[in-house]
Amino acid sequence: MNDVHAPTHDHDPDHDHELGFWRKYVFSVDHKVIGIQYGITALVFLFTGFCLAMLMRWQLAYPGEPLPIIGGLFSEATMPNGVMLPEFYNSLGAMHGTIMVFLGIVPLAVGAFGNYVLPLQIGAPDMAFPKLNMASYWCFLAGGIVMLCSFLAPGGAANSGWTAYPPLADIATTGQTVWLIAMVFLITSSLLGSINFIVTTIQLRAEGLTFFRMPFFVWAQLVTAFLLLLAFPPLEAAAVLQLMDRLADTSFFLPSGLVVDGQPLEVAGGGSPLLWQHLFWFLAHPEVYVLILPAMGIVAEVIANNTRKPLFGYRGMVYATLFLGFMSFMVWAHHMFLTGMGTSISAFFQATTMIISIPSVIILSNLFISLWGGSIRFSIPMLFALGFLPMFGIGGLTGLPLGLTATDIPLHDTYYVIGHFHYVVAPGTIMALFAGIYFWYPKITGRHMNKTLGHIHFWGTLVCMNGIFFPMLIQGLNGVSRRLYDGGASYEFAEPVLYLNKIMSHSSWTLGLFQFFFIVNFFMSLRTGERAEENPWQATTLDWQTPTPPPHGNFTQTPVVHHGPYEYSHPDLKQGDYLPQNLELEA
Amino acid sequence: MEHGSVEDVKQHLRKCIMVFVGLLVLTVVTVAVSYVDIGTSGNIVLALIIASAKASLVGAYFMHLISEKKLIYSLLVLAALFFIFLIGLPLFHDADPIEVS
Amino acid sequence: MQIPYTVETRPDTGLHNSKLGIWLFLASEVMLFGALFSSYILLRINSPDWPAGHEVLNVPIAAFNTVVLISSSITVLLAWGAVKFNEFKKFRLYLGLTILLAFVFMIAKAYEYNAKFSHGLYPSTDNFLGIYFTLTGLHGLHVVGGLVVMIYFWGPGSGMFHSEPKHFADRIEVAGIYWHFVDLVWIFLFPVLYLL
Repeated sequence: MNDVHAPTHDHDPDHDHELGFWRKYVFSVDHKVIGIQYGITALVFLFTGFCLAMLMRWQLAYPGEPLPIIGGLFSEATMPNGVMLPEFYNSLGAMHGTIMVFLGIVPLAVGAFGNYVLPLQIGAPDMAFPKLNMASYWCFLAGGIVMLCSFLAPGGAANSGWTAYPPLADIATTGQTVWLIAMVFLITSSLLGSINFIVTTIQLRAEGLTFFRMPFFVWAQLVTAFLLLLAFPPLEAAAVLQLMDRLADTSFFLPSGLVVDGQPLEVAGGGSPLLWQHLFWFLAHPEVYVLILPAMGIVAEVIANNTRKPLFGYRGMVYATLFLGFMSFMVWAHHMFLTGMGTSISAFFQATTMIISIPSVIILSNLFISLWGGSIRFSIPMLFALGFLPMFGIGGLTGLPLGLTATDIPLHDTYYVIGHFHYVVAPGTIMALFAGIYFWYPKITGRHMNKTLGHIHFWGTLVCMNGIFFPMLIQGLNGVSRRLYDGGASYEFAEPVLYLNKIMSHSSWTLGLFQFFFIVNFFMSLRTGERAEENPWQATTLDWQTPTPPPHGNFTQTPVVHHGPYEYSHPDLKQGDYLPQNLELEA
Repeated sequence: MEHGSVEDVKQHLRKCIMVFVGLLVLTVVTVAVSYVDIGTSGNIVLALIIASAKASLVGAYFMHLISEKKLIYSLLVLAALFFIFLIGLPLFHDADPIEVS
Repeated sequence: MQIPYTVETRPDTGLHNSKLGIWLFLASEVMLFGALFSSYILLRINSPDWPAGHEVLNVPIAAFNTVVLISSSITVLLAWGAVKFNEFKKFRLYLGLTILLAFVFMIAKAYEYNAKFSHGLYPSTDNFLGIYFTLTGLHGLHVVGGLVVMIYFWGPGSGMFHSEPKHFADRIEVAGIYWHFVDLVWIFLFPVLYLL
């Protein structure tokens, strides 16, 4: 199909061919270009955030020792003679979290994959509001740059953690103000993006593409967009209140009688630090699903394609996703069991937390069962998708003890929590995102990524990630606090598990080295990769039924959808083992 | 309202002007009842009822919600649900804290 | 390339894109103001001495501003009607009136802020004034946002009135829906801050 590649169909000749370089590649309104911009920017930020973590790991493995070679590059205010100052360590921690979550994973999972793939999968020529889409990207970039600039603020970057708990954050150095301003940009950006995603999905679906014929990836993006739309505004409100506290000396989050450095703080008082936590987690729990749902969507696509059979229980997965999205607004206070919550309220949140684990288990089990009886192609994307399943499983299962107060109270402030949520987002989501990159790279660039380098990248990443995060669970169960600047060296009880710090740190640096195989592969394959055809993976969804790379306007003919998304190995097929969504089954 | 004929739009605008008068009256009522002391909670409830009535008028007629599509309604129901959770937030904050004596 | 359903409505949803978009935006705005109202409630019930609004704030001005905003809501509707009836002069008049009323609202607001400052009442004085300035300030920003959009449609954007009248009517309607929402927020802000 699609033999004619020249974009002839319903194109406005005034518009298409006269765009200069800037309008075409920089200030573009084409969802594919914006998706690529999001992707590249987010990957850079991901690597930046990872570098901050690697720096922290030096201090945790070798507390107080000067960092060799690159230690001398840092200023006196951060690492005098290569030895990290505690304030700088705090900044690194706060910025690592912020950058990874808000500037790395969400923009990559939603901004990049959502933007590039979603309109293609629903057969739309572009997003519903292309200019808004561009505004969303530039807002994001501005927020990211402001966020990075906070390192230059007097007193360094924000150092009150990525959760920015007051009263600490209220009285912190200027970096915190910059952090808040950057957050307002980022929230605005996701708001514009999420409106666009929802309208596009609802309004621009191709003819015949009913809701239950949409690929699971589109469902995941749709629910994610709703979470972003409705959960982010409370954080925006909280950020405004904290900005007021910091700039206009209000005391929304400052209780009466606060003493700082032995001096009573001169504010009106009467505020509530817990208010921030409520508002923050009202966002940040749905945010967890913003991080994981697009990843599940990518994995579902990759698994269906590489097992050559329909997803097991597609409808069940869709309902589970909807339920997950809904419930995620009712579990926020399980992050706050330690804040003096009584038994009845905590019982409520324990119950909702246990309930929300059910849909996640449904989705994960269905993905596992989808493997059963498939003739699996072990392509690079499939390896990453297969890696995702057990890794996210560990992440999810280690979360259960944290949802119950009896076990959460001793574990909450330990490395166990760090291990748990990193298993969800690092070996979990990031593996899925790599799967997505290897999977759609041929569509985007017209060339395959190198397989050998891909194998090295996958196995190295898998082993090293476990080398970093599994020891955290062990340390946590031994009671090592997650907020220690020296990694527990000054605590006698931590002695038996202290050796793990070195294992984790060396794993993290090795992980960094393995990422170079990805970076080299990414750029090298642009020129030397094996050429990809229109539909190199023999996939059924609409994103593969376009020329490679898709032209402006996406489709050479307006697609019409005839059946569900995963018609692989249909017994009535005369030839081949797959039936694209836009083709009818020949009787 | 999108495909309404000129006559439909005219009729709708006439209704809106009546709503506008109603809103002015309700504004006067709000201010007036705030000076009648029926206990703090009584005043709060009364003021919120009047405000909700005004808001419903604005929503129904000015924002054309009275003749809107189903999709918009479902969207607003969803937002209303989460809004209720959000307003319940102070409740979670204040109900059942562990008191330090 | 034309994005489908920008002007005409999609048969199965009965909507055009911007209509759905504006309602989604307003849903998120509901959550934004909801969070602030929620904070207000929380701060208020935890405060031993929350002042009565009408003792601190200027009720007549706020009541006047309520009337101003409600009036601007009706003028923006009439402007939309004028586009529908293809009466350009009336459209300019009504939208111009709306813009004027929005300015009146902001001037009254500025006067009110100024009076507070000159009496030594700042956001930092107590949490009541803090939340008052935050809520009305954020609402004011929304008024400014609406103003920018309406000035654009009144001036540089009005060429579309003649070239694409249907699309333009939709745009005015969508801008109007946003403007009514700003009005609606004020309908709650007025009693909550000034009267209770």
